[in-house]
Amino acid sequence: MSPLLELDELHVWFDLGEGHELHAVQGVSLSLEPGQRLGLVGESGCGKTTTVLGLLGLLPQNASVAGRVLLNGEDILAGGEESIRPHRWVDLAIVFQGAMNALNPVKTVGSQIVEALEVHRMASGVEARRRAGSLLESVGIPADRGDRYPHEFSGGMRQRAAIAMALACDPSVLVADEPTTALDVMVQAQILELLDGLCRDFGLALLLVTHDLPVVAQLCDRAAVMYAGEIVEAGAVDGLFHDPRHPYTRLLFAATPDLHGDGTPVSIPGAPPRLDRPLAGCPFRPRCDRSFARCADERPVLKRVEGGGTAACHLNDSPVEVTA
Amino acid sequence: MSSNGRPVLDVEDLVVRYPIARGLIGGAARRPQRWVHAVEGVSFSLGRGELLALVGESGCGKTTTAQTVLRLIDPVGGRISFDGEDITAVPSRALRPLRRRMQIIYQDPYESLDPRLTVRATVEEPLVIHGAGGSKAGRAELVHDALTRVELTPPELFLERYPHELSGGQRQRVAIAASIVLGPDLLVADEPVSMLDVSVRAGVLGLLDRLRRAGLAILMITHDLSTAARFADRIAVMYLGRIVEEGPSREVVGDPRHPYTKALLSVVPSRDPRNRSRPQILTGEAPDAVRIPTGCRFHPRCPVAITDCREIDPALERAGGREHLAACILARSG
Repeated sequence: MSPLLELDELHVWFDLGEGHELHAVQGVSLSLEPGQRLGLVGESGCGKTTTVLGLLGLLPQNASVAGRVLLNGEDILAGGEESIRPHRWVDLAIVFQGAMNALNPVKTVGSQIVEALEVHRMASGVEARRRAGSLLESVGIPADRGDRYPHEFSGGMRQRAAIAMALACDPSVLVADEPTTALDVMVQAQILELLDGLCRDFGLALLLVTHDLPVVAQLCDRAAVMYAGEIVEAGAVDGLFHDPRHPYTRLLFAATPDLHGDGTPVSIPGAPPRLDRPLAGCPFRPRCDRSFARCADERPVLKRVEGGGTAACHLNDSPVEVTA
Repeated sequence: MSSNGRPVLDVEDLVVRYPIARGLIGGAARRPQRWVHAVEGVSFSLGRGELLALVGESGCGKTTTAQTVLRLIDPVGGRISFDGEDITAVPSRALRPLRRRMQIIYQDPYESLDPRLTVRATVEEPLVIHGAGGSKAGRAELVHDALTRVELTPPELFLERYPHELSGGQRQRVAIAASIVLGPDLLVADEPVSMLDVSVRAGVLGLLDRLRRAGLAILMITHDLSTAARFADRIAVMYLGRIVEEGPSREVVGDPRHPYTKALLSVVPSRDPRNRSRPQILTGEAPDAVRIPTGCRFHPRCPVAITDCREIDPALERAGGREHLAACILARSG
């Protein structure tokens, strides 16, 4: 099966002025098949949000992009805004962290969904209002609440409304950037259950961006771990947790508290490298507990590893050198 | 409890209400005053070297409780004792000598540190305000010592830095250093790691754990049960202004007695993909604290409520182990 969405060597640079540049995304490749759920995880500043803004063509003016974004085999990045616009919301829909920002405060929630349907010529008039009502119901909001304003909704309801709006054009991929981060645990559970159901019922593919590993472990099939602008490991979530092939993946799980797991979480020393200067060797080396001579000189590339995933770590090449 | 048998903090039947502004029309029409029942009868005590976690959803009253015990908010009822002294009605000027013994750190170390102050000035400021530490050299020594205790070492490397030159974890450590430099007995930590990256959270929590072992009493407010389970001695679960369950962390997490605690625990996702349990998701969100439901305040969302729950407001009573309490009429038998 050919992938529904494919990122091929995506790079993003931000121009910081005065000749300075920040290389935020450094050659990210990933693919998403219909109905699949992929978690993009990593610490803040690792480039995960920039990656999704890049693939959706939503980066600010001072950003430049290289690489390809293939939707059903068609490069939607090649023609700039012209080639992305027909697909944004229609094939690729987005839900952000702060649902308040996605909704217009001076219009009722229902009328905003009607507007989205009409702009994209999905429906109009009575039919658009009827569809808006059923979209709200599909996210668990009674249709008659559509005549309320965003401020009359709770945080969880607003996030549901934002999801309903994202679904207006019947997209095949839902990109969700930290969709539950600002929400309480119980509301988070409600939204995750909703996303789970929507993916199942509508065959939606999900690209979930989050720093929250347990959310990915529970909701996604696969995950890609980002560090310093690149993917350092990708594979099935089960393998990433039970048989990690990059020390960062292992340490990130070890830093995450688990209600029923054993052991005390351990933090990772140091901080991610700055991306406004060139990196030498493996970007994770200064924080790694398994680094050796080669890591200082040579930046590892993402390679296929045992178990079916990929990892960018020299340890996978030369197990003999592991003496620690 | 505490080594001398006296808790650092003892709170009894605390009540905090905020009036709702009636507005011009409401005032003129003499509409009845309405209240937000933020905290409605909360009792707990905290001993030296103990960490109590107050957990619950936003709006449950956990932050109000913490701010009230520090006398940053005035309660309308109940009693707050600090190291055996009733401080409920002590006027704010008289509170000052007590302030140095009770400190608070906040969620966001990006907001809580003054961007114009160096690390040295930030940590020294409480000493200057309280006229503590004696000479300049004496203060410098205390600052040095506080930075060492929060593991910003060697301190010389950090003294002249500004907040923007530090990572999130380092900023929170500076905030902790400033809060312990006066040698307090009580530290309130309001969501101390929720703004930090996962990779550094454990370090800051480990630091709080070591301060606790050294004798500090810590009241930690968190919405994260996994963190509470790992780092707290005891957990108190709040719902709509009440503690609905309280006990040793191991018992509350391993053998929860209140249906709300059970539901909260069930929705905490596990990091292990093989451990995909069915969460027990409550519908809706906690009602606002203006119209508190009759009887048990949790009954409208409770999956096991019986008719009695609409009328009986259950007290916090022993359920399970000796120090394990729950406010549920069904918890006693179960």
